[in-house]
Amino acid sequence: MAEQIALEVTRFSPERDKVPSIQAFDVPLRKEWVVLDALNYVKDRVDGSLSFRWSCRMGVCGSCGMMVNGEPKLTCATFLTDYAPGPVRVEPLKNFPVMRDLIVEITDFLGKLSKVKPWIIRAKKKPLSEGEYLQTPDELDTYRQFSMCINCLLCYAACPVYGLDPLFAGPAALALAQRYNMDSRDEGKSERLDILSQHDGIWGCTFVGECTEVCPKHVDPAGAIQQYKLTATQEWIRSLLMPWGGKS
Amino acid sequence: MTKRSNEPLLWLLFSVGGVVAALLIPVHLFLFGIAFPLGWLNAPSYDALLALARGPAGRVYLLVFCILPLFHWAHRFRYTLYDGLQIKHLNELVNTFCYGGAIVGAIVATYLVVRIP
Repeated sequence: MAEQIALEVTRFSPERDKVPSIQAFDVPLRKEWVVLDALNYVKDRVDGSLSFRWSCRMGVCGSCGMMVNGEPKLTCATFLTDYAPGPVRVEPLKNFPVMRDLIVEITDFLGKLSKVKPWIIRAKKKPLSEGEYLQTPDELDTYRQFSMCINCLLCYAACPVYGLDPLFAGPAALALAQRYNMDSRDEGKSERLDILSQHDGIWGCTFVGECTEVCPKHVDPAGAIQQYKLTATQEWIRSLLMPWGGKS
Repeated sequence: MTKRSNEPLLWLLFSVGGVVAALLIPVHLFLFGIAFPLGWLNAPSYDALLALARGPAGRVYLLVFCILPLFHWAHRFRYTLYDGLQIKHLNELVNTFCYGGAIVGAIVATYLVVRIP
């Protein structure tokens, strides 16, 4: 028989359980298997009631984020062999309410995301007949890194500030706001300023930096937030010196 | 602005204070704590240092050196208390203690620097 590894998985059914518990499964330890493969093995062969989110299996969709041995990871990009001889403990993402087994409730994040207006805002939209909004490769490069976010929420699971203060807008939402602020086609900076410069916006961040550490797409949300703190401070000084002037 | 926040001012003081603390304090510690006592460098005389501190540039330097890191401390310690001890509900008390402490320190520093004979 092939080598096995113990997979310890959080189980929770809101109808049945008061608190989550851990269930252990033995799964084949294959060189090419990621943690998600092990979860699917359990679901297909051992216990079909095990619930978890996944879709693309290739680090693009951002659905399969879970805690693997206490660290937020995309389970489709985390190899079992790295945890040999085991056990591998798989838990739902930290800092979120658990709906069932490994599935967390992310409505809070979705609300925060739309609040920071992560889309291109134009003062006046030009008609389709006038063509696209053009952008040079250099202009693209200024925000490209921040646009790689796949909303997997590993950064929220890693952020101790979000864990303590659920009102904090959080790393991904703030980084995505900055992605649009830095887009040369965007004219929505002042609209976003009011939202981002509130206490629960950028000022909640204490620059722990864990968000950047765990990001599977190398987005650097911590950098985006510090960058925006400087912008917001410049705007604050501007409004102090020129209270009559418009926001830039 | 929906809620006028003074966070930018506090953060600015925190940042500037951090830069001052990180750049200048190690230099002073190295010079006065290690290099002069061990005789690696010739220590300036008391009179020469007093003359340096007495001039307007010297006084401004001492004020910046003493006051800005205090505000850096205040901001950092505020969040340490908030998150470390999880006493965010006592924020008025914490803010008064931290920033009030920095202001008191700033007043004491100014008094001392102004009184350099």
